[in-house]
Amino acid sequence: MNDTVSDTVPAPPPGRGTPAIELRAVTKRFRTPSGGVYTAIEDLDLTVEPGEFCAVVGPTGCGKSTTLSLVSGLEAANGGAALIHGGPVAGIDPRVGFMFQTDAVFPWRSVLDNVAAGPRFRGVAKHEAVETARDWLRRVGLSGFEDRLPHQLSGGMRKRVALAQTLINEPEILLMDEPFSALDVQTRQIVQDELLSLWELTRPAVVFVTHDLEEAISLADKVVVLTAGPGTVKDTFRIDLPRPRHVQEIRFQPRFVELYEQIWTSLRDEVQAVNAARTPRPATAAHRPKLFATGTGEPS
Amino acid sequence: MAAHTPTVAKAPVFDEAAAVRAARAHRRNRRLLVLGAQVLLVVVAVGGWQLGSDRGWLDGFTYGSPSGVVRQLHTWFTEGTATGSIWHNIAVTMQETVLGFLIGTLAGIVLGILLGRIHALAEVMAPFIKAGNSIPRVVLGSIFIIWFGLGPSGKIALAVVLVFFSVFFNAFQGTREVDRNLIANARILGASEWRVTSQVVLPSAMTWIVASLHAAFGFALIGAIVGEVLGAQAGLGQLIQQAQGNFNANGVYAGIIIIAALALVAEFLITRFEKRVLRWRPTQLSGDTTGL
Repeated sequence: MNDTVSDTVPAPPPGRGTPAIELRAVTKRFRTPSGGVYTAIEDLDLTVEPGEFCAVVGPTGCGKSTTLSLVSGLEAANGGAALIHGGPVAGIDPRVGFMFQTDAVFPWRSVLDNVAAGPRFRGVAKHEAVETARDWLRRVGLSGFEDRLPHQLSGGMRKRVALAQTLINEPEILLMDEPFSALDVQTRQIVQDELLSLWELTRPAVVFVTHDLEEAISLADKVVVLTAGPGTVKDTFRIDLPRPRHVQEIRFQPRFVELYEQIWTSLRDEVQAVNAARTPRPATAAHRPKLFATGTGEPS
Repeated sequence: MAAHTPTVAKAPVFDEAAAVRAARAHRRNRRLLVLGAQVLLVVVAVGGWQLGSDRGWLDGFTYGSPSGVVRQLHTWFTEGTATGSIWHNIAVTMQETVLGFLIGTLAGIVLGILLGRIHALAEVMAPFIKAGNSIPRVVLGSIFIIWFGLGPSGKIALAVVLVFFSVFFNAFQGTREVDRNLIANARILGASEWRVTSQVVLPSAMTWIVASLHAAFGFALIGAIVGEVLGAQAGLGQLIQQAQGNFNANGVYAGIIIIAALALVAEFLITRFEKRVLRWRPTQLSGDTTGL
């Protein structure tokens, strides 16, 4: 497009090296509580180069989150192949980091202990893990909050803790499942900017799932549109907006608006398809038969 | 009318210190009122009981009397009982209770978490646990006396089976209710299955487990006392049993009072433990000030 683009965003090296993430015609089915089978994604192909920021958008229930769980190794595919750095995904890979939609920081641990959890789980000595954690807290602007408990923080601060907790492991692959959807618009934009500047430091390959098209375009190098369930790739758009980007301002650029219109045209049909059919989304995990009646009392 | 006008004119100036003082005074008065009512209640109940037995409205032989209970307590604490000093009897009962409580709680937590984590195992064990839970546990006391004799082991065993189920069901349910995102997060951060269990599942299930401990301690005490009533050489249950054998109503009441006092102390300690273990939880809105 223009010079600044090729300067700041090295286009993925064509034909060189192996992609960071590769999904080849993956299919994932879940058993429904009623005994049926629900196909979340079917024949889905996705390639993310090292250092590439890929956003995945799609209507509700199109298998966006399922895609991430296949890459992370939390779930195994029923068909096709999921590869990271050329090797098949077998269980949870230490090179992968995952940020969840809901709060997944440990509520009983202090902010510092939450961030130090990753290195501690991986066998790093305590003082070393704590030092690194302090470092990361400084980077996300939470110095001075080390001893707080998560419930004492605002939603935006908890997201920063989660970000530091994930990034401290220096993942080569960063998976994000609508991580900022619970934040108010202003806070979300601030945290998005912080995410971009942190991402620039280590440049992991990112798959960022979102239902927010603005967020996808603001952050990503590439936006992938999934079809209504069962999910498969409908279109891929390259986002040639220059970096470094400022999320609050980038949306006013003419190119942003242009891209938004293009992608929305592609996405709109899928959203309408979902709203027309309105198939209820099956719960995959929540429904388990109750083996025992509850004990003496639920905690308040 | 005219005399009131100046005060009305002053009213719009809001005196915050005075308002705070007034609120505090209101709270203090209320607390005194509650305390006064409580004292009054005790005086009426105990005084009525005493009066009734003095006047002969209540048969002292059948119903005892407060002064008789106090005399009995005094005798026990100064002269001892037929089975050694009262402190020895208290110690025996507390030892059985606490050991039963600890063993039962530990077993309940371990098995509850194990079955909560391993779904297949839970499915296999479910009918047996349900069957075990449906046995009225008190009848096991007789079997334990045959197995263990009159010593403390049988009472501890009875306390253990009573405590176990109440803790087990809560530990199991607590394990099932652990936020799956927390487990997934820990696993991706690099936690082994053991670490997931010990550092995510256990602290998370602790809210459920601790909730069961209040009831569990009560069960432990029931186990120890019932075991002693069925047959023992020492302990508070045995004292009550003896008093009952001698138609000494005051002795039964005195035993009950000592047990109630012990239970209150234990309840206080468990509440402190609960606050300590769950201090990471956000403080709840204080709608509950009755302490019930």
